[in-house]
Amino acid sequence: MQDKGGQVRSPYLRVGDWLKTLTRKDAERARQEAENRFRRQGITFAVYGDEEAAERLIPFDIIPRVFAASEWRRLSAGIEQRVRALNAFIHDIYHRQEILRAGRIPASVIVQNAAFVPEMMGVDPARGIYAHIIGIDIVRISENEFYVLEDNCRTPSGVSYMLEDRETMMHLFPELFAHQRVAPVENYPSLLRKTLESVAPAACDGEPTIVVLTPGIHNSAFFEHAFLADEMGAELCEGDDLFVMDGALYMRTTQEPKRVDVVYRRIDDAFLDPLTFRPDSSIGVPGLFDLYRAGKVTIVNAPGTGIADDKSIYTYLPDVIEFYTGEKPLLKNVPTWRCSDTQSLTYVLEHLHELVVKEVHGSGGYGMLVGPTSSKKEIEQFRARLKANPANYIAQPTLALSAVPTYTASGVAPRHVDLRPFVLSGDRVRITPGGLTRVALKKGSLVVNSSQGGGTKDTWVLED
Amino acid sequence: MMLGRTAASLFWMSRYMERAENMARLLEVGHRISLMPGAIEGHRDEWRSTLLSAASEQTYSNKFDTITGPQVADFLIFDESNPSSIRSIIRTARNNGRAVRTALTRDVWESINTTWNELVAVKASELTPDRLPVFLDWVKQRSMSFRGAVLGTMLRNENYYFSQLGNFIERADNTARILDVKYFILLPKPSDVGSDIDTHQWGQILRSVSAHRAYRWFYRNSGYKPWLVAEFLILREEMPRSLLFSSAWICTALAGLSALHSKRYSVHDQAEETRDRLRNGRMEDIFQSGLHEYLQHFILSNNQLSRDIGATYNFP
Repeated sequence: MQDKGGQVRSPYLRVGDWLKTLTRKDAERARQEAENRFRRQGITFAVYGDEEAAERLIPFDIIPRVFAASEWRRLSAGIEQRVRALNAFIHDIYHRQEILRAGRIPASVIVQNAAFVPEMMGVDPARGIYAHIIGIDIVRISENEFYVLEDNCRTPSGVSYMLEDRETMMHLFPELFAHQRVAPVENYPSLLRKTLESVAPAACDGEPTIVVLTPGIHNSAFFEHAFLADEMGAELCEGDDLFVMDGALYMRTTQEPKRVDVVYRRIDDAFLDPLTFRPDSSIGVPGLFDLYRAGKVTIVNAPGTGIADDKSIYTYLPDVIEFYTGEKPLLKNVPTWRCSDTQSLTYVLEHLHELVVKEVHGSGGYGMLVGPTSSKKEIEQFRARLKANPANYIAQPTLALSAVPTYTASGVAPRHVDLRPFVLSGDRVRITPGGLTRVALKKGSLVVNSSQGGGTKDTWVLED
Repeated sequence: MMLGRTAASLFWMSRYMERAENMARLLEVGHRISLMPGAIEGHRDEWRSTLLSAASEQTYSNKFDTITGPQVADFLIFDESNPSSIRSIIRTARNNGRAVRTALTRDVWESINTTWNELVAVKASELTPDRLPVFLDWVKQRSMSFRGAVLGTMLRNENYYFSQLGNFIERADNTARILDVKYFILLPKPSDVGSDIDTHQWGQILRSVSAHRAYRWFYRNSGYKPWLVAEFLILREEMPRSLLFSSAWICTALAGLSALHSKRYSVHDQAEETRDRLRNGRMEDIFQSGLHEYLQHFILSNNQLSRDIGATYNFP
């Protein structure tokens, strides 16, 4: 919120004034009211293997994070460039593989990658789009310096929190919105719908039928699946509700079967179709993938997009962007050591106490080491795992992440945040102004994942 | 157009919320009888009759050797291993609601979700017998809040009709069961018929469907008479928990679906036959052929209707 000289930066002027007048009592009441609201509406996420708290609330912070329009424009340009490159990259990987021929990425990184889906070779999705919905995790290091932490090209979650956080803020503090122009986010569901309609199969005439495919109520993001289906006016389906017949996809209704054109799936590749992928899976739709290959149905995001967000690929992203756009990347990658590389490994092993080390395929903040906050014993244990399988890890420096004011047990205090803007790609690229800000609620902590106790806050982009 | 699974979830959500209310009523009656010390010599099996009415005697005796009030109450309220406990029922209702949130209004969802959130905060150890009535009242109130939200906010479309079907199939089943079990199990000897205890049992049957006052208004100067109580709960359309009332509503909901779909199936005829038989029914005939047999037959055909509705509308 403040610049280096300790002055409140201009986008935060109003929020700064408001914080000065916010009493502890009011803040506490608002926090409580927000929590009740989330609880009443059942805005929760499920935690696997945690019977006691099978559904948890994600803590909500009442202090918004603010971007100026100019900051956002710069960020958006970088995001759009990245998203176009990611889609071009996936298309290339599943077609001519020019980038491998050019030697910019070693072929082994692709071919031996678990996220690479050979069945996608030669498939041409509508409009050439593979990753229709991308969430890009971004951290800010200084006023003008943003780094991309991770690209989420499979089924990024959190957009429902972006929308509910905004609803909650408008409900709790309407006067804050009255005094400045905060760019709206609530048209995300209708933009999502437009995006999904724009990638309907060529054979579809008339209004395409869209469904959201969920693994069911026990999935950690079920609330989001239901929320998006509801907001888009699309059916929320489980695998059993869909079936393939006479070269088309149908859903089982209370009357005749209804034809389906676009499936916004929120289940992983491996479970999509037991006939093509995991035969033991019961949550997918038998025959779906063959239909997809035949262009009779659109799957969003396309199978195999995970090849673009794998952590081992991430390190090559600056090259990927240059290769496909011919431009310098507008957003930087966090400097990253690939532990598969002997020299890098030596460096990483020597500097474990100052690095963050992550599993290449991990997510949710599991299986990682945060050097500066770990004990000697934890570091030594991790060292053994790392040595045993170095190719499974990458390492990054702990960046001086920007912190934003957050309401804590001891009053307003700075806490580290990241940002996940949501990008839609269909007939055009659409970026919702804002995104999901995740905040590490523990003092000094850099881990913002909800499964690790992180919270969320509303994210404002101020209009000029 | 809606998914078959959505229809099934709406149907079962409403069925289970109706069942929760019924379970609370049964427990209430058991509790009331247990509070009358020695009033009914030799008939202190009120908790067994509660288990029987709840169709839970078997699952209970698989777990416990003796029948005690607190144990039965705990089993029928909190026991997670008992699919008919209030906790299991409400959990199932909410899971069904969660699966079809997109088909529910916000009020319906929040009502059911709040019920669950409040229920999980209730600890078994805190529910001493003196607090039981307050808790059971709460269950009934929550069930009514749910029903009120359905009636007050849902569009009169498929969602609504499937929810109503679940509601009234369950209610018909419950009323028939209470009437059957209470009468034929609680009454031990033919010589008791017409006695104080008999009158008392009929009073409790009425109470378990919240109809003892309504009965007085309806039949004015008559005391509790078996054929009148049975008539009230079987043949009177004025009585909202009667078999005829429930049957008529099942037909209304099915007619709503048939109008929306412009399609009529054999389940429509099936439901209307049942309703018409009730409309034209006479208590003399029912008693003549045996009330127990009559009710057993009704329960079976009601279950069959439920399955046929599922098959007709593609419930998975």
